[in-house]
Amino acid sequence: MLSDYPPLPTCFQLKMGKTKDSGVEERPKWDNKVQYLLTCIGFAVGLGNVWRFPYLCQIYGGGAFLIPYLIALVFEGLPLLYLELAIGQRLRRGSIGVWTSISPLLGGVGIASLVVSFLVGLFYNTILAWVLWYFFHSFQNPLPWSQCPLNESRTSYNTECEKSTPVNYFWYRETLNVTADIEDSGSLQWWLVVCLASAWSIVFFCFIKGIKSVGKAVYVTATFPYLVLTIFLVRALTLPGATDGLVYLFTPDILKNPQVWLDAATQIFFSLSLAFGGLIAFSSYNPEKNNCERDALLVGVINSATSLYASISIFSILGFKANNGYTACLNENVLVLTNNFELPDQSITVDNYNQWFDYLNQTKPEEVSSLSLKECVLQTFLDQSASGTGLAFIVFTEAVIAMPGSQVWAVLFFVMLFSLGLSSMFGNLEGVLTPLYDMALIPKRIPNAVVTAIVCLISFAVSLIFALGSGNYWVEVFNGYVGSVPLLIIAFFEITGVIYGRGMKTFSDDIYFMTGKRPNIFWKACWTVISPLLLLVVLVAYVVLQARIKPSYPAWNPAYSLFPQTETKVYPDWVFAIIVLLCVVPVISIPLVAIFRLIYRMKKSSATSNLNPYDNKAFENEPGLEKYQKA
Amino acid sequence: MIMHREMLGRISLLLCLSAALAQDLCKQDAEHGYKVRLSIKTALGKEAYNWTENEMFLFQSTLAFAMRNHHREHKFEVSNIIVCEETPRVSFWFVVTAPGSNSTLVQRGDVENAIRKSRSRINSVFLLSDETLEFIGIHPTLAAPVTYDSPPWLIAFGVVMGLIVAGIIALFVSSAVQKKRKKQSYEETEDNMWIENGSARDGVRNMAFVEEDKFTPM
Repeated sequence: MLSDYPPLPTCFQLKMGKTKDSGVEERPKWDNKVQYLLTCIGFAVGLGNVWRFPYLCQIYGGGAFLIPYLIALVFEGLPLLYLELAIGQRLRRGSIGVWTSISPLLGGVGIASLVVSFLVGLFYNTILAWVLWYFFHSFQNPLPWSQCPLNESRTSYNTECEKSTPVNYFWYRETLNVTADIEDSGSLQWWLVVCLASAWSIVFFCFIKGIKSVGKAVYVTATFPYLVLTIFLVRALTLPGATDGLVYLFTPDILKNPQVWLDAATQIFFSLSLAFGGLIAFSSYNPEKNNCERDALLVGVINSATSLYASISIFSILGFKANNGYTACLNENVLVLTNNFELPDQSITVDNYNQWFDYLNQTKPEEVSSLSLKECVLQTFLDQSASGTGLAFIVFTEAVIAMPGSQVWAVLFFVMLFSLGLSSMFGNLEGVLTPLYDMALIPKRIPNAVVTAIVCLISFAVSLIFALGSGNYWVEVFNGYVGSVPLLIIAFFEITGVIYGRGMKTFSDDIYFMTGKRPNIFWKACWTVISPLLLLVVLVAYVVLQARIKPSYPAWNPAYSLFPQTETKVYPDWVFAIIVLLCVVPVISIPLVAIFRLIYRMKKSSATSNLNPYDNKAFENEPGLEKYQKA
Repeated sequence: MIMHREMLGRISLLLCLSAALAQDLCKQDAEHGYKVRLSIKTALGKEAYNWTENEMFLFQSTLAFAMRNHHREHKFEVSNIIVCEETPRVSFWFVVTAPGSNSTLVQRGDVENAIRKSRSRINSVFLLSDETLEFIGIHPTLAAPVTYDSPPWLIAFGVVMGLIVAGIIALFVSSAVQKKRKKQSYEETEDNMWIENGSARDGVRNMAFVEEDKFTPM
């Protein structure tokens, strides 16, 4: 085997490389291990850790959700992560190169990863543009989402704002200027275009020198969120109501909803950013002998721990917010009672409200019932759950207004969101660029920075659709359909391709070569049986659940009868066609490439007659030589 | 202010008279009256003062001041502000009579305008705000939201983007400079290399031989 032969002297190899001049460039390398780990962690830890995991904990009851989540991590997340890091490090190529090396029939898997990375990068950066918008607006006093603007005649506040809340109004009207329907595209919102341009410029700036600049940027982007989460946690624990939020988060729900397993499996899968090709690319820049098993365990565990830590922080703040809402509700009732019964000011307070209420109800029940007091229950305020953009831009911004020194907290929060998203964008962009280089489509004389600039420019141009009036609805479409089923399919082909295509024995040898020990029975069992089975079950369950309900979306329609509730509208047919396209186009390359290669192989075997044993194809074509050099 | 006994007598007589008349004019839900509600403890907490007769007197004089401000020609007096239906809440009704006459009431609209005009002065006399000193029926003028000549968000955006663009240009320039330096040093070493290892160039390079160990497993 390869390892049995002594390695060639490196100076000899180097000279060969230089004289050939067909460009066997040295593959970029990480400056140190820390940069590599931070980049992988930054890629895995993203916005979903902050705004999807706490939401799932909340709706299933934290204690109940953690068990399926940890099981999914151990049997699905970690094996897949280990596999991706190992195969990238061994074959030392991006996603397309890796799969083509294993078997030319699997080349489509790499192309699928590239397409998915590109599409996800489009809407992910749009979310970062929104975060930037809020960040820019956090330098005002008072915060712009804390008050309603006046209407045109300046006699009262804007009706749309009054009916809903200032926070909702700022998000839906002043940020998105959202239309009432996905079919109504509206116009390009110039301020969003500006923010999009900024977001893509920042991504480009960090990516100019490839992993050299990314590796330095992640020192900040990967560590800053932890700092902010800690600050928020400490601050929130000093505010009233934080413990209510934490207790609520971790109280398990007695109802055993089987969907919790599906949500746990999909959450761990998407949270680790598997099947994007980014992790493969990052680990391909590692030295050949690197303990990728430890890396995988580290990244996986840190990702889950971050989710947990983030949910503690977030829920302390949400507990404070719920407490605020509850106290405000009580205070309203207090005022009504005080005014109606002409009692001295502050005789009824939040603390003695219940006693006063009982007393008044006993002595003057008709009058009390005529007042139509609100029912104030802390649980209802805690139950107001939100995930995704709703959590960040509506719920959390509202909590921030109530905290003293709101501007500081707002700035910290949005910078944290931005660094979380930025480090994930690095992985997305890497998943697009490295396969492009591997495919050797780009002439060597174009410097890497220019290629990166062109890719960023094209992405920016396409993502302008998200700056339209209906942009938010399109982000939801992309988020729901590109970032889900195609990834599951790609991951399934990845694991079966490596284990059954390359072979468990060869892969074990690879790992022995890299880490010095073979994978134990646990990994082998997971890779061969458990993980593919889990993936298949999750994929089928997911598709079945999606197919059962007609896809619909919540629309912000001021003319809706139940406004400010969002109106649930069904996607029109043409949008549904686009949804199907988004699910199918990324993965269509897998069968297409396989078929194409099969036909090509059949044609070739029928055409060639002489199999010269001394013809080792070394003289035929130089690129083929390179391929064998690297394998 | 020291009051002479005479004046004291006259004023008390007037008050008694007007009180008798005022009974009819000032009542709950009076047509041209307003209800006032104060929440002193809510506004001031520990610094709250007690609502006494003197405070009521201050209120009447403040309101008279507001009426004077509105109708410059008319000289409203404290006695023109009639108060009744006081509760422990602290809330009460008041009506305003025209100066010089004890029975004609000033119209509701006039009173409202006068109060609106001097609202902030009235508030500050009692160290209260629009929410804690309520005139039921007179909605406070909405505070205009803060507007800026140059939106702060554009300033923040400008700073961030300026830094990024400067950084991009700096990186491009530095990499171009580095490339030039590298090229110069490379050209120097390459010449040396060819001279040193000229022997390696002589003869035919047998690529097949080099790669054979890679092919053997096949």
